[in-house]
Amino acid sequence: MSDFSAPPATRPALLDIRGLSKSFGTLKALDGVDFTLGEGEIHALLGENGAGKSTLIKVVTGVFARDAGTVRLAGREIAPRSAKDAVDAGIATVYQEVNLLPNLSVAQNLFLGRQPTRFGVVREGEMKRRARALLLDYGLDIDVGAPLSSYSVAVQHITAIARAVDLSARVLILDEPTASLDRHEVEILFNVMRKLADRGIGIVFVSHFLDQVYEICDRVTVLRNGRLIGSRDIADLPRLDLIRMMLGRELAETTHERAASQPDTAREVCVSFKRYGKQGYVAPFDLELRCGEVVGLAGLLGSGRTETARLVFGAERADSGEATIDGKAIKLNSPRDGAGFGFGYCPEERKTEGIVADLTVRENIVLALQARRGLHRPLSRREQDEIAMRYIRMLDIRPPDPERPIGLLSGGNQQKALLARWLATSPKLLVLDEPTRGIDVGAHAEIIRLVRELCDQGLALLVISSELDEIVTYSNRVVVLRDREHVEELKGDAIEVSSILAAIAADTAPAREVAS
Amino acid sequence: MMLRIPRRGFAQVLALIVILMINRLVSPQFFNLHLQDGRLFGSVIDVLNRGTPVALLSLGMVLVIATGGIDLSVGAVMAIAGATAASLADTHSLPVVLASALAVGLTCGLWNGILVAVLRIQPIVATLILMVAGRGIAQLITEGRIVTFTSPDLVWMGNGAVLGLPTPVVIALGMLLVTAAVVRGSALGLLIEATGGNARASELSGVGTRAMILSVYVWCGLCASLAGVIAAADIMGADANNAGLWLELDAILAVVIGGTSLFGGRFSLVLAVAGALIIQAMNTGILLSGYPPELNLLVKAVVVLAVLLAQSPRLGDLSRFTARWRRTKS
Repeated sequence: MSDFSAPPATRPALLDIRGLSKSFGTLKALDGVDFTLGEGEIHALLGENGAGKSTLIKVVTGVFARDAGTVRLAGREIAPRSAKDAVDAGIATVYQEVNLLPNLSVAQNLFLGRQPTRFGVVREGEMKRRARALLLDYGLDIDVGAPLSSYSVAVQHITAIARAVDLSARVLILDEPTASLDRHEVEILFNVMRKLADRGIGIVFVSHFLDQVYEICDRVTVLRNGRLIGSRDIADLPRLDLIRMMLGRELAETTHERAASQPDTAREVCVSFKRYGKQGYVAPFDLELRCGEVVGLAGLLGSGRTETARLVFGAERADSGEATIDGKAIKLNSPRDGAGFGFGYCPEERKTEGIVADLTVRENIVLALQARRGLHRPLSRREQDEIAMRYIRMLDIRPPDPERPIGLLSGGNQQKALLARWLATSPKLLVLDEPTRGIDVGAHAEIIRLVRELCDQGLALLVISSELDEIVTYSNRVVVLRDREHVEELKGDAIEVSSILAAIAADTAPAREVAS
Repeated sequence: MMLRIPRRGFAQVLALIVILMINRLVSPQFFNLHLQDGRLFGSVIDVLNRGTPVALLSLGMVLVIATGGIDLSVGAVMAIAGATAASLADTHSLPVVLASALAVGLTCGLWNGILVAVLRIQPIVATLILMVAGRGIAQLITEGRIVTFTSPDLVWMGNGAVLGLPTPVVIALGMLLVTAAVVRGSALGLLIEATGGNARASELSGVGTRAMILSVYVWCGLCASLAGVIAAADIMGADANNAGLWLELDAILAVVIGGTSLFGGRFSLVLAVAGALIIQAMNTGILLSGYPPELNLLVKAVVVLAVLLAQSPRLGDLSRFTARWRRTKS
């Protein structure tokens, strides 16, 4: 805490990570990642879901043990085994959901576990005085005796940061700190961050708001699929290049066969949405989904892709606009409604929203079909076996054992079983949210092949992916989203990684009329 | 589908056999049976007969627990249904008495179901309401007295016999068959297990999870009211304070012994009933042995501990770890 002096021009490395690797089963969550954080540096850690950001943080903060690599803090190698170890070493983390005690006062939260005492009695007055002084340093002049929950999330964040820094943190990791803050609160938080950086504390800033990254950060490191894509000074990095680092994949290991560009009118419209939207969720959009056509949804994390998918399936209720099938208005108020119209939805969160881990592969596959048939028309065991075996063979689910609990399968095979769950209902429309996320390379290619095949069989598909070259491979049309709005629709030859990137990166104002 | 039991229920069947054997050691006449007035008597029959209320409760409870819920109110529902049946018994015919008591049980179940499925109150708190209020309701029905009756029809439900077996045992067996037919004969079983295993995923697959949850609480209320009628018929009276007291805990224990996880998901009706019989066999054994009945509670506690330890994922990890360790050593 002694060197509050301004950082030297060439920032000495404070946190130095080399060749960090971590696997979960066959999936490499981190693969030889390097990361260097300088003293007094604000360093953005970027990447889509599953890129490895959280794993990196969790390894550094001792939640996970690493498989390989070194972590040096100020030149000394550290290997924290628990969050407490990391804090003791000088690495503090503040998560999006503030993990303090909302029912205690601000002062109590700041000094929890190290209250000033006299003869074993907590000195409330002294604690409050010190708490107040501490927060004044952060530009907060508040009643520290009031419960933490009576303050805004921004104040709670700053309290958490103040506590962390006061515990002699030298590296501060902020995980999506601005996700639930408004503009003004973000400004307060940024001031605090700048002040801390001036004191020489290194800050890792995880966020998916690129504007904020450009506003506050000095450097940026991008991860994708557990690999390091690169570290750059933010001043030398145009926004388009940053997005390309996050989404584009340069190496073309498969020759992309472009989806046949038939004229739109040749295909039958499966379902269409007019000014469909939900306030505060995703802005009203027009969307036509046609049989035998893949529509890709592209955009950054938090741009409204998943939200669009959930509205289309009925997992979320729209509050404006209308959905029609063959010109007739339909109500999509629940997943049951969506499934009833012949829609299917494979969510991004495979474990929490997709599979029922304890049930067998067979039971997972027949679930949607059985739910649609209703209670009184149970599928006999023989029918279930037939359906399960048919899809296990068709999609090459391994091991080919319908009686194995699905939780024991690999991610790729779970994904295939979820596809089978909907295919068994002979759907008209399939909504796939990141179908290739967290899946090893072999299964990845297979899923992409399946998407094309399903499309050729006349299904309408709406597919979300962060991998732009993947989207380019199978999409007939691509809808680009930004800030929860559909900003552009690309067709035919206009579908290129570069044009999608341009649409994502375009500045907000002029692109709006394209959507209409 | 019920043929899965031999593989899955091995531990429970073994436990039941071991306890019965211990009982045989303690009391050499344990397996003796004799026929008197067209009804079988003997310790084994006694185990079945005394185990009936908890067995009936566990039939409903196992479905509730399979959805990831719990029903603490079944003991109180027994008291309400018993009070209803007892106060109508001498003035109305048996069908009317039964129908009223069961209707009361259905209503109680519906109440719990609405709290949990529609208002999304945590099951343990939601059913706690009726657990507390239920005894009050039962006392209002009996006007604070112990209502006795003499109606031979209702008494037959507690003390009569069908083909030599006590009526309660036949009723419980019937309910087991009906429940199994409804649950496994329709898609209900699969959809309940899916709902309990992952409610969010089930809902996104188009399963009407709300209807599933509502229906299991209704069924649980129905089973509890039947148990209440039998308990009242057995003592020819309704005691609002003591009928079914603490039996919700025995029912939960029976379900857990039967291998259904409190987290929900997979369940087995037959094994839940086996769990109820294991509990009763222990009770009877201790009574026969001449040890003080207080010991019962301790023995039960040890059994619960053993079952939970056997189900603990940590312990499972540990045993797998030691197995791997042994393998690498050899």
